[in-house]
Amino acid sequence: MTDWILGLLVLLTAATATVVVLTRDPARQAAVLSAYGLMLALTMVALAAPDVALSQIGVGTAAVPLIVILAVARCERAVRASQADRAGRVGRPGDSAGDDQERERS
Amino acid sequence: MRRRLPLVLGAVGAVALAVVGVRAFLGLPGAGEVPHPYAARAVAAAYAHTTPNAVVSVTLDQRGFDTLGEEFVLLAAAIGTVLLLRRLAEEAHEDRPHDYGPEDVFEAVRLVGALLLPAALLVGGYVVLHGHLSPGGGFQGGTVLASGLYLAYLAADYRTLERLGPPGVLDTAEGVGALGYAAVGFAGLIGGSAYLANDLPHGVWNSLLSAGTVPVLNVAIGLEVGAAFVLVVAKFLEQALLVPREDGDDGGDRDATAGEGEH
Repeated sequence: MTDWILGLLVLLTAATATVVVLTRDPARQAAVLSAYGLMLALTMVALAAPDVALSQIGVGTAAVPLIVILAVARCERAVRASQADRAGRVGRPGDSAGDDQERERS
Repeated sequence: MRRRLPLVLGAVGAVALAVVGVRAFLGLPGAGEVPHPYAARAVAAAYAHTTPNAVVSVTLDQRGFDTLGEEFVLLAAAIGTVLLLRRLAEEAHEDRPHDYGPEDVFEAVRLVGALLLPAALLVGGYVVLHGHLSPGGGFQGGTVLASGLYLAYLAADYRTLERLGPPGVLDTAEGVGALGYAAVGFAGLIGGSAYLANDLPHGVWNSLLSAGTVPVLNVAIGLEVGAAFVLVVAKFLEQALLVPREDGDDGGDRDATAGEGEH
């Protein structure tokens, strides 16, 4: 009975881990990583290691995906800002307001 | 030809790893079946120091020195992250007011966050203080405490998070926690035995004040880990949220409502 549960959990862990590897978008990957971390924690509980499972949930399921999502948000904002900057300059060559703001800021 | 070589090398490595790994796994004894020589001795030692949670007895008592090293690894990582993500002078834009992103949160999220925040803090404190009795300990409890403060951010905004855990207080808590662990070790030296020796009274089996130095070390670790996790995530939040305000009026209104919501 317990062997059966453990086998199922190991299979689920392997399946979610594969999905993490196959997910290419970092923001989606963070969400999948969280699910994978939960499966890993359940496997640890089934192996009678609740201490390690608690650490796994705290770090692998909550903190790491959160940090990844925050880092992705920061990077995407930087990319969008530089794109908007470029579009503004190319789209409105006569309007120099954007360039003035740039000079003020620096 | 050149492109194929790494693939072939990788495939050979993967196959070799799979063969060795499967062989190793097949050679493992079943979980909990064969008495392990180290496990038998560790449980006996945990029992001798009245520590029902044998895992924490190994990490904080029998192998406390290893955990001291891990403690300072985490401290160094947290300090490094905070240092790397600090706001540089050219990022500060001192001439323009700043906003920490939108704080329009669904009422349901706000309610759930407000209900879960005290629960998370209570559970975190419980897990830290009962580390020597039940599964958990300073590290696990510290992460739960930190997640409580993340909830405060989710339910409200960055300023609330800053008010609940001011960076200065968190810095101090982290340092005091890390130093506290080392200081408990020196207490053993002053008491006339080895560094990190568990020489405090061991107390009554399964009571809160038992297991000698283990609960003290757990509190030190809980402080350090909780503070480190909040500090690191707060730095990432700051990087992700801190944007120069587009116009002063809108931001001013937001600040006013944030201030009212606090009371």
